[in-house]
Amino acid sequence: MIKFFLMVNKQGQTRLSRYYEHVEIHKRTMLEAEVIKNCLSRSKEQCSFIEYKDFKLVYRQYAALFIVVGINETENEMAVYELIHNFVEVLDRYFSRVEKWCVMRNDHEVNVNSPYLTKTDTHLSFFFQSELDIMFNLDRVHIILDEMVLNGCIVETNKNRILAPLFVLDKMAES
Amino acid sequence: MSDVVERTLSALPGLLGQHDPGAGPGGGPGRVSATSRLGGLIRSITALSSKHEEEKLIQQEQTNLKATVSAPTTTLRLMKECMVRLIYCEMLGYESSFGYIHAIKLAQQGNLLEKRVGYLAVSLFLHENHELLLLLVNTVVKDLQSTNLVEVCMALTVVSQIFPREMIPAVLPLIEDKLQHSKEIIRRKAVQALYKFYLIAPNQVQHIHDKFRKALCDRDVGVMAASLHIYLQMIKKNASGYKDLTESFVTILKQVVGGKLPIDFNYHSVPAPWLQIQLLRILGLLGKDDPRTSELMYDVLDESLRRAEINHNITYAILFECVQTIYTICPKSDLLEKAAKCIGKFVLSPKINLKYLGLKALTYVIQQDPNLALQHQMTIIECLDHPDPIIKRETLELLYRITNGQNVTVIIQKMLDYLRQSKEEYTIINLTGKIAELAEKYAPDNEWFIQTMNAVFSVGGDVMHPDIPNNFLRLLAEGFDDEKEDEQLRLYAVQSYLSLLEEEDTFYPQKFLQVMSWVLGEYSYLVNDGDPEVIITKLYRLLKQTFVTSETKAWIMSAITKISSRMPCSKTVDKLMQEFSTSLDTCMRQYAFELKHLCENKELMKNLLPLDASCDEIMVDASLSFLDGFVAEGLSCGAAPYKPHHQRQEEKLSQEKALNFEPYGLSFTSSMSSSGFTGRQSPAGLSLGSDVSGNSAEIGQKETNCLKLDSVRKLWGKEGYLPKKETKTGKEDKTQPVPQDSILMGHVVDLPLTQSEQQVVSLSEEDKEKQQLASTLFVGLGSNNTISLMGKADTTPQKFKKKSKISETQNSKETSSFQNIATLPFSPLPDTAPNNKENFQGNEHLGLRKVSLSSSEVLEASVSFDTSQSLTEAVLDEKLSNCRLSASSLFADSNIEVFQPSQSVPDIVANKAPLSLCLPGELADHPHSEIVELCSSDILTMYSCKVWTDDRLLLILFIANKSISPLKTVTLVFESAEHFKIFESLSCHFPVIEAQSMESCQKCVQLEKICTEGILSGSISYHLDTDTHLEFSLTFSLSDFIRPMKITTEDFGKLWLSFSNDVKQNLKMSPSQGSLSVVLNALKEKLKLHIVEIIGNEGIVACQLLPSVPCLLHCRTHARTLALWFRSSCSALPDSLLYQCQKVMEES
Repeated sequence: MIKFFLMVNKQGQTRLSRYYEHVEIHKRTMLEAEVIKNCLSRSKEQCSFIEYKDFKLVYRQYAALFIVVGINETENEMAVYELIHNFVEVLDRYFSRVEKWCVMRNDHEVNVNSPYLTKTDTHLSFFFQSELDIMFNLDRVHIILDEMVLNGCIVETNKNRILAPLFVLDKMAES
Repeated sequence: MSDVVERTLSALPGLLGQHDPGAGPGGGPGRVSATSRLGGLIRSITALSSKHEEEKLIQQEQTNLKATVSAPTTTLRLMKECMVRLIYCEMLGYESSFGYIHAIKLAQQGNLLEKRVGYLAVSLFLHENHELLLLLVNTVVKDLQSTNLVEVCMALTVVSQIFPREMIPAVLPLIEDKLQHSKEIIRRKAVQALYKFYLIAPNQVQHIHDKFRKALCDRDVGVMAASLHIYLQMIKKNASGYKDLTESFVTILKQVVGGKLPIDFNYHSVPAPWLQIQLLRILGLLGKDDPRTSELMYDVLDESLRRAEINHNITYAILFECVQTIYTICPKSDLLEKAAKCIGKFVLSPKINLKYLGLKALTYVIQQDPNLALQHQMTIIECLDHPDPIIKRETLELLYRITNGQNVTVIIQKMLDYLRQSKEEYTIINLTGKIAELAEKYAPDNEWFIQTMNAVFSVGGDVMHPDIPNNFLRLLAEGFDDEKEDEQLRLYAVQSYLSLLEEEDTFYPQKFLQVMSWVLGEYSYLVNDGDPEVIITKLYRLLKQTFVTSETKAWIMSAITKISSRMPCSKTVDKLMQEFSTSLDTCMRQYAFELKHLCENKELMKNLLPLDASCDEIMVDASLSFLDGFVAEGLSCGAAPYKPHHQRQEEKLSQEKALNFEPYGLSFTSSMSSSGFTGRQSPAGLSLGSDVSGNSAEIGQKETNCLKLDSVRKLWGKEGYLPKKETKTGKEDKTQPVPQDSILMGHVVDLPLTQSEQQVVSLSEEDKEKQQLASTLFVGLGSNNTISLMGKADTTPQKFKKKSKISETQNSKETSSFQNIATLPFSPLPDTAPNNKENFQGNEHLGLRKVSLSSSEVLEASVSFDTSQSLTEAVLDEKLSNCRLSASSLFADSNIEVFQPSQSVPDIVANKAPLSLCLPGELADHPHSEIVELCSSDILTMYSCKVWTDDRLLLILFIANKSISPLKTVTLVFESAEHFKIFESLSCHFPVIEAQSMESCQKCVQLEKICTEGILSGSISYHLDTDTHLEFSLTFSLSDFIRPMKITTEDFGKLWLSFSNDVKQNLKMSPSQGSLSVVLNALKEKLKLHIVEIIGNEGIVACQLLPSVPCLLHCRTHARTLALWFRSSCSALPDSLLYQCQKVMEES
């Protein structure tokens, strides 16, 4: 069972948080601070699973952004680890459309020709702007996450199906 | 990479700053709109440097938002924007409750995306029991009926996230309809919503179980996958009810693994991995302890293992789940072999995440197959010194499961090493508990045990579980069979503490100091050459330390008192008395005075503090009759009569609520009387804290239970590097058809190592060290010890056996009452203490001392008893589950033996005339069920019968021996169930059942936790040439525990008003159910209800759930519907009873 889903940047600022068990609001900030402290203290050579209190943290780092998932002992760590990646791929697919749109409009703030962006490293290219995407589209990221995880269970992993409802909403809003 | 990351970081604020606030429209779908206010907010927060600034900014933002959301002119679009900003504020930890109601409004009024954001905000802001949630119900109902699919989807999503339990009936029919919807997404979300309902109110969806089955067979994969969540939960609760679905799950998994799903379900070209994992979990639950069901899944598991060959993380996740399933279900040798190979792949992988997974898998399987640890011993050793503490921690967990008498020292050493580096409180609590447990269980000798416990106490400090020092002290005090051995242990403890206290200015945790002072107080006389004066000096020095808390000081003082009773006189004691009789600490002053008085009367002191009597029984006049005169005198002088603790507390509570009209001066007396020693305030109050012997001598309860401990010792010794040969020979005494292969394999793998050991020359130093470590760690692993390894059900002799329940209760009670004494507020008139005291003569003194102690015990007894009770229950549970574990694993190992009728029983008579079954006379008069067969073998048949007596549910079990030879040692054991409790014990034992005869036993079953239906399972084993084991299970329904409650209409009215939990429901009546009385009589018949009165189309009915939880029902018929209205003092009862009524109505 998944207990919470967090996106926190290296400075410790929470970018997204979703709790699947009720946690008092002031306890959340404390928990998040400790979680990110734990994640930052680990090196690349160390494993991506942390035993923390009576539950486990599974984390993955994308550029400056950490995605951390709190799980209990019944969950399969590796499956959650890959779930994070699947989530990122979904975000990538969703926002890459956005990117095209922005380039077309020619008023986007990201320099697509930036030397740090190589087309082979898609996650990096995604996450170069991802933090911005996530911050400015907090509602949409939540909607995507809600399609994937409900009540602490992984309910959908098929990318087309995850995005379908949101695409419909976007389309309707446009027209 | 990191370089890039850094640059990204540095670029970020710049990027944010680039936004031109005026540029571009903020609208469009999914657009990064820096122009929005959200953008502004984020930008300014990112730029801030201090928390204080952030707070100020958010406060400002919240003020703005508050004004905007409550302004009537705010458009929905702006409102949506505000919601996102509110979400942002809450995410940063600033509560924005003013916006909650607007979130609900937005969900209600908004269009599409606005509505969705409204729902999203609701699901983020509110919790399950939030009162505002009720306001959402109407919106949800409306959206569920909408023709716009997007709206239906949103409503279903929010229902499956958060919904008020009591409003489920309002939407349930709508959601049930959606199960037939043509769009898969609607069906899928409807199933998800039902899953939510199942989680929060399982009884309410009980009637649609067949619809879940339909969802499982849905043509769409997504709908089927959604139903798996419900099935996983239901199977977790009751696997036996869903065995028939095994084949369906197997078929589904086969199709998934075979790549029959649409391509977009693939993740990195692995077909629907998370779905596979879910299915594997379900199969594991179904196949557990069930060879026939396990049989069905061997093929598909084999295929899963085979298919998962792509080198990708997600395949490893599947493999891990596969391995776990294979080791959970009834074993099959070639699968086990493959799974073991798989674990090897994990463990040996250079990828750290896989290594972790491998260790976790190994920890899981090691309980069934300890030989796997031998195969991977070198890897385990490496992991033990791994730079990543998480890997180390997981390795220790593994070692904990393979600990035995021979490797305990090495393993505990490793654990202590880890503990010393760890600072995390949770880890410390967890590990100290484990070390203490292992040390107590397998300690090789006294010295080691004391040293280990010393380490535990100094590292565990004051965070460790309080049971650890308590158990340790009791172990020392109660000792075991060998008197000499006990003495040595105590002597060693004393010596080690003395040397620890030798060093000045060393800091020890309080708990450790308390343990030390108790032991020194009790047993320092064992040191022959020790001068008590020296010990007292040491303790005295401790008293003067500033870091010592007053609670610890109380322990030290009592130790000093005990020691000084054994010596004529002491300068240090004199000095101490002098010094502390003017101490500002009232407790210490009290102690000093007491010590002084005792020292004046050495005879009394010796009587009071006998040598080594901490476990002696002390008889106490619990009614305190010798005080009657004193109490009478006190009362006649105008003292307030004694009130028990709870009464005082109640009064205090009611006082707090009411205004106090009394002048404050007067209320002093009442506060005095409520300070805990009412009635006999002064003497009891004064001798408060005088519990000199209190923590050593058990007062107040008669102790009859003494521990009988095995004194057989198992001395630790190295037994060479690999005990493999021993392993093989050890096999003979136990038929273990399954793991043999893996052992042989392990043998092969390790062969080179064994050889290399013989050629020591070729080994590097480091390797040699590792091998040595391995030889000490894995010694004793092998099948001789298998039993002890499985779930820790120990057959190896233990040095220190676990305590009995009673003594544990006592122990914790003792400590808590002692602490209570040490911390209680002191008597309000401390200055008079010495004067008053002197008025009492020796004997009286003693009596009073006991009074004070026992009265304070009485006071706190209820509290401490409760806690200790639950504690022991927890321990007991744990033990029980351990036993079960080992039983099932044993069973798993020898299943072939069990399920083939043993051929060495030729004397079975095929079909005997059934032995006559009848209930004993007095029971036969009560209503009872039919006698049904529970389980049967060629030799034995077991029948059961439920008897519904007025005040309980009796379960009568008949065990018939059909063979012509007597059955020996027939044991019947119930598994402890979540919902039920069995009196008196979970088991029943018959030494012998004669041939062709029958025995019966009687159990009383009580419903612990309300459920509409539950299963109680157990097993019966008997011995006839071989041991045989049969399993059975019994179903109980709520109606088994319902009895009529015979009350009058008047009483009904009173009770009705006093209950707060109610449930209302309208049921359709079928034509055959003509009138109210027909219906009620049917209910009365089936559910044992009592009809209080029927007037016209209204009726009132009462019943109670055993032992005495009342439930009232009001019924009214109206145009072919029956309106039921339940009320009860218990919240879960009306729901479940409603369900029962529904069932009865449908049946009749």
